[in-house]
Amino acid sequence: MNLTAHNLVIADRLSGVSVILHPGEVTAICGPNGAGKSTLLAALAGLLSPDGGSVELDGISLGAMRGQDRGRIIGYLPQSPEIAWDVSVETLVSLGRIPWRDAPADEQGHAMDTAIAAMDLDALRHRPVSQLSGGERARALTARVLAGRPRWFLADEPLANLDLAHAAALVARLREQAENGVGVVLVLHDLATAMNHADRVIVLEKGRVAADGSPDEALNEAIIAAVWGVGARWLGEEGARALGVSNLADRAN
Amino acid sequence: MTRFSLILLACLAIVVPLSLLAGRVWINPFDPAIPNAGVILAELRLPRALLAVIIGAGLGTAGAAMQGYLRNPLADPGLFGIAPTAALGAVLSLWLGVSAGWTLPVFALIGAGSAMALLALIAGQGGNGTGRGIALFTLAGMMIASLSGALVSLAISLAPTPFAMSEIVTWLMGALADRSWRDVWIAAPLTLAGLAVLALGRRSLDALTLGEAAARSLGVEPRRLQWLMIIGIGLTVGSSVAVAGIIGFVGLIVPHLVRPFTDRRPSSLLVPSALAGALLLLVADCVCRVLPLAGGELRLGIALSLIGAPFFLHLLLKMRRGLA
Repeated sequence: MNLTAHNLVIADRLSGVSVILHPGEVTAICGPNGAGKSTLLAALAGLLSPDGGSVELDGISLGAMRGQDRGRIIGYLPQSPEIAWDVSVETLVSLGRIPWRDAPADEQGHAMDTAIAAMDLDALRHRPVSQLSGGERARALTARVLAGRPRWFLADEPLANLDLAHAAALVARLREQAENGVGVVLVLHDLATAMNHADRVIVLEKGRVAADGSPDEALNEAIIAAVWGVGARWLGEEGARALGVSNLADRAN
Repeated sequence: MTRFSLILLACLAIVVPLSLLAGRVWINPFDPAIPNAGVILAELRLPRALLAVIIGAGLGTAGAAMQGYLRNPLADPGLFGIAPTAALGAVLSLWLGVSAGWTLPVFALIGAGSAMALLALIAGQGGNGTGRGIALFTLAGMMIASLSGALVSLAISLAPTPFAMSEIVTWLMGALADRSWRDVWIAAPLTLAGLAVLALGRRSLDALTLGEAAARSLGVEPRRLQWLMIIGIGLTVGSSVAVAGIIGFVGLIVPHLVRPFTDRRPSSLLVPSALAGALLLLVADCVCRVLPLAGGELRLGIALSLIGAPFFLHLLLKMRRGLA
């Protein structure tokens, strides 16, 4: 079940983006600020009406799908998630089951328990979200998406508020999801995370695809220099690389 | 039904019969010698108590739904402008001197229907329902409220006679005095229909807890929810204004009173807010009936505003402390 964007145009933000995403892969979308990463992710989640082109899931336009059916297949975590009411972690996670509201109670409970355990939230299960730290809150919101057991997990900067251990745990969990056939698409600011953990990287620049391929291809030093305007060098071993920024190139050149 | 809702239901089961006994003439159930007790109970007290329950339930639920929809604890069902527009309709009937019988409530319902139609028109023009959709829609509702309020003031200032002016001003204060079964037959079906419509949107309101984008990713159809809100709030608030005038603050206060006893999801608030709204309005109406006041009864709208305004202030200060 591929998730495909065909020549996607969204006014002022995306200009003819075409990508085919495969289940079972961790795909990272990278790019400088304002490149259109979050817009592409929201469009892939079926949340934006394109001005041109289309987004399709296995050949069916997302715009033609019922919201509930789409919600069962695609889990989406926005960049600045809000929680309007001071609900408990458990209640928050249960909101992820809304597309599955007709499922049997034991299935609901199992999906929630699994998501809560995966995000290491058992001890915080009954705690109001106002009493969580930023990282705990981010984990609870991720568990909310996982509770829906989506076949596509789309997240905008999911690691942004996590400490090192929980970021590593989430990456491992998402890798596990991908191995189980889930398509994982992440907007990532941190290029090293994309390099070390993604199967594929899509680099956007000014609303267009600047590179698309394996992390080694899409995030090579020449592309980083061209797109981000910085001279950079990959350090360390494969799978544990760090990006050393050597000089600031003149973007005008 | 949760334990808290059952407690509210039990309170209501106790207060409704007690409220029938309270008023200018106190009725002792153990003293059958009170003249006209049967008529007072059947024709005055019972429809009045039922109206308080119906309107309170409608306004309480509308408030809970509105706060869930706008994700804002300060939201009130009046924000959509339906109550002021319904009031404008009623004021017009008083202004024209055709307020007898069914005319005033019908005029008010036409007013509420006009506001709903305007909101529907705005919703139809509202782009793809993303991002600022709810905020823009609510601002449009506030503008309708503002326009209707201005027209009501104009009607008062241009009232043909001092009597008409006094009648308009008194009516606007909101009351359940001298209401009859006719008013129950107007309010009951419309309010019940409104409650059913709002209940249809409960899961979408829960999803909105996570913001508009996440809610849509969970399958919420913004346009459908907008329609449910227009119809649900329109029916509950419109029918309330049609039979009782403007009764403020119930929709604001009640969800706050019940929220700590629930898991705080908007859907968990709907039933308790209906029951607590009914209870609050019934008790407030009893207080209005028995409070000695020269020149008649304390108006229900005034009584609730007297309670509601300090509560609102308390809420604001509490929120400010939370932000500090």
